Amino acid sequence: MTGSREKIMGGVRRALHRTGPLNVSMQRALAERIATHHAHVKPTINGDIVSRFVEKVAAAAGDLERLMSMSTVSRAVLEYLDREGLARAIVTSSDPRMSQVRWSNELTVESRPACDSDQVSVTTAFAGIAETGTVVMLSDQTSPTTLNFLPEHHIVLLDRERVVAHLEDAWALVRKERTQIPRTINLITGPSRTGDVELQMEFGAHGPRRVYVLLIGGSQ
Amino acid sequence: MSVSLDNAHPPNRPRVGLFVTCLVDLYRPSVGFATVALLESAGCEVEVPAAQTCCGQPGYNSGDSETARAIACQVIETFEPFDYIVVPSGSCAGMLRAHYPGLFETDTPWRARAEELTGRVYELTSFLVDVLGIEMTMSAHPARVTYHDACSGMRELGIRKQPRALLAHVPGLELAELSEPEVCCGFGGTFCVKYPEISGRMVSNKIADIAATQADTVLAGDLGCLLNIAGRLRRERIPIKVRHIAEVLAGMTEGPAIGESR
Amino acid sequence: MHSTSNQFPTNVREAVLDDQLRLALGRAQTGFVTNRTNAIGALPEFEALRAAAHDVKEHTLAHLDFYLELFEHQATEAGAHVHWAATPEEAREIVLDICRKADARTVTKGKSMVGEEIALNDAMEASGLEVIETDLGEYIIQLSGEPPSHIIAPAIHKTREEIGDLFVRHHAELGFEERTTEAPELVSQARAVLRSEFQRADVGITGANFLVAETGSSVIVTNEGNGDLSNTLPRVHIVTAGIEKVVPSFEDLSTILRLLARSATGQEMSAYTTVSTGPRRQDDQDGPAEFHIVLLDNGRSTMLGGEFRDMLRCIRCGACLNHCPVYNSIGGHAYGWVYPGPMGSVLTPLLLGLDEAHHLPNACTMNGRCEQVCPMSIPLPRMLRALRNREFKRGLGTHRSKLALALWSFAARRPKLYHALSRLAMTTLGWLAGERGAFPWLPLAGGWTSARDLPAPEGETFQARWRRIAGKGR
Repeated sequence: MTGSREKIMGGVRRALHRTGPLNVSMQRALAERIATHHAHVKPTINGDIVSRFVEKVAAAAGDLERLMSMSTVSRAVLEYLDREGLARAIVTSSDPRMSQVRWSNELTVESRPACDSDQVSVTTAFAGIAETGTVVMLSDQTSPTTLNFLPEHHIVLLDRERVVAHLEDAWALVRKERTQIPRTINLITGPSRTGDVELQMEFGAHGPRRVYVLLIGGSQ
Repeated sequence: MSVSLDNAHPPNRPRVGLFVTCLVDLYRPSVGFATVALLESAGCEVEVPAAQTCCGQPGYNSGDSETARAIACQVIETFEPFDYIVVPSGSCAGMLRAHYPGLFETDTPWRARAEELTGRVYELTSFLVDVLGIEMTMSAHPARVTYHDACSGMRELGIRKQPRALLAHVPGLELAELSEPEVCCGFGGTFCVKYPEISGRMVSNKIADIAATQADTVLAGDLGCLLNIAGRLRRERIPIKVRHIAEVLAGMTEGPAIGESR
Repeated sequence: MHSTSNQFPTNVREAVLDDQLRLALGRAQTGFVTNRTNAIGALPEFEALRAAAHDVKEHTLAHLDFYLELFEHQATEAGAHVHWAATPEEAREIVLDICRKADARTVTKGKSMVGEEIALNDAMEASGLEVIETDLGEYIIQLSGEPPSHIIAPAIHKTREEIGDLFVRHHAELGFEERTTEAPELVSQARAVLRSEFQRADVGITGANFLVAETGSSVIVTNEGNGDLSNTLPRVHIVTAGIEKVVPSFEDLSTILRLLARSATGQEMSAYTTVSTGPRRQDDQDGPAEFHIVLLDNGRSTMLGGEFRDMLRCIRCGACLNHCPVYNSIGGHAYGWVYPGPMGSVLTPLLLGLDEAHHLPNACTMNGRCEQVCPMSIPLPRMLRALRNREFKRGLGTHRSKLALALWSFAARRPKLYHALSRLAMTTLGWLAGERGAFPWLPLAGGWTSARDLPAPEGETFQARWRRIAGKGR
């Protein structure tokens, strides 16, 4: 709406007892404040962050299995599908890390955005956040967002070294490794859930009913 | 917010001005006399200035700041000369301590006087425990008792431990806590008559909690809450006694409980 | 949303007689309160976070023009369209215009309180759009034609039986002919029904919990995933958000995020916290082709300059509602508009005016629990009192209450008169009571006695007895 921007900005400035924008040095100071990315209060994490991550994933009703290396991913996925009585068909992202997985030929594997009939997706997490047991998913040409939401079962590959302590560490990693912020960053903590029926917690409201993290690498 | 103890070094015989509160004055003077008895046995010299009426809450909470301010001036002037001002009510003490200064513009003399006064205002149980360091009380009260924490005293003045510390030293008294001591009883000053259905629901919930403790007496430090609770207990025909904590601490429980037939 | 706040006393009467509501509220209260208490108890840094979050918001508000412009600039750089709406009418017009230009027929909605505030659904439906709420709670109340009764759990007042009835009525034609009242089945059914809607929607509309100025991003904090499906599948994604939702950086965001889920549901982190920046990128395989952000003022810039500025720190967590004994007695619908409970009792008069909402600031006992649990340290009781001050100055209120107040004011300022009158009144009342402990009824005390007996006074006032016994001058 023409004029509305001026009206609103004018109202805001009047409320702040100003007639125009902040002076240049103040604007620079505010830009500096953002650029320094100074964190405020972060909850203390006692002990090692990987153990904390594992504990928090479980607390958020996610499942987690520790794998020694990428070479066991296919087997772990097959076992999961069989355990859950699911068809041996998955839809995956196509990022470089995912390409390193040698999928068994007993599995039907497609790399594309998810559709409603897909039961299981497998994606690579950009990072894991120990503070809350969260996996960080970024959208890009290899990682469509629908893989994180449409199927009922979401399997997430996460390298142990990609587990960081706090939320702020995850943002820092995105800034470091991506030239531009992706379209979508999903911080996923456990499966989809709702308490809208008499506050009784039910999983799989719209997103996945199960989130299964395969934590890859390092000692047990 | 907890009580600051800047003035917690009492002289030998502290001169206490009793702010009796309008509800105690009008409705249940025995609470006032129990308060005086407690203070005197603790070594205080108690006076009751005649120029007091009310703390001003009814006006303050109804949006009439001007009346509240006028009354505050009256109270400040009347009570300034005392070492301490003791109040048998958390909400009235809270009004004086937490709200009086804000009634006046910053950097005005009245503001300064209000701020100076607040440091010497105490709710009764807080005065006994935090300032005088007293926990022994005057007589036994064998009974199963529960305690309702009045909201203002709790949230504005941090009063929770003090009444319990005092009750713990009453021989024969057994304290059974409410399952939800932090929930408002529904009095809220004029709220209870403006919105009686809501107030009724709230006090009914409180009564259910009280009854569930199987106490034979419920105590509190605020007469507003107590009148509300007593009135509802009677309406629901539940024979639990209702008293102000001062009555029990002072061993003055021969008279009828609140709402009890005489 | 059309307001019934001025019918508050009628709403209350209905609510208090509603046993189903009472059960639902009891259940909700226990759940929310216990969960929050546990979550806060497990976080030693809670008070420090609260202080930091307060400072972040205060800093942002003090420089809101800068951050709004930065947000707009960054969002635009990322390919988003930023729109400014001073009023609800403008906001509705902007959204309808976007839908028109996109040739839209169907819209899926994630939960947006701002959407309710501007009555967006009605406007969209009136213009021929099919609107489907996708948050399960919002979906349920959309089926029942009711407004939300809680800002986090909009259908909290509904029993599973009622939901079962609604579903069988509306879903039978979709193949769900058997009535169920089991929560898992109800949720599965909603999932199945709504899944096809997500796919066919042309436009997805969500709110925003935060707008991050650093990158021009919007953030939603959810548990179901419906917001995410609404912002990924349709070709147009629209965000409706109040201008106070801006935070400067991701570090600022993180600070407040740590308080939000804990205060709302007792979770450390909700299942989904999603950051959306611009439309899909060239190489993205999914995502919306268009991304719009509608910034709504609707009184917020006015609040910024006055005594209600603190209200702009609100992050819509619902903790105040959950802990308010008045809300827990009457539920959200009684408040009559979008925002219930303590925060609603401040916002509704500010956004709709005191003539409409004058009851709300008065329906409060000033017990202070709301302020105690508010993660953003908002002094709700103080603001409710400030609204009462405005009402007093404008002479709002019943004649009776104004008269009573005036009489009290006159007497309380005059101790001698006060003592004489009170002595008279209490002696009379004490005499009337006789040996009875209480009055079940008394003229002029109907407000009190409708809910409880009126205990009898002792008769003689303290002042009178003190002067008599203790001698004058003491």
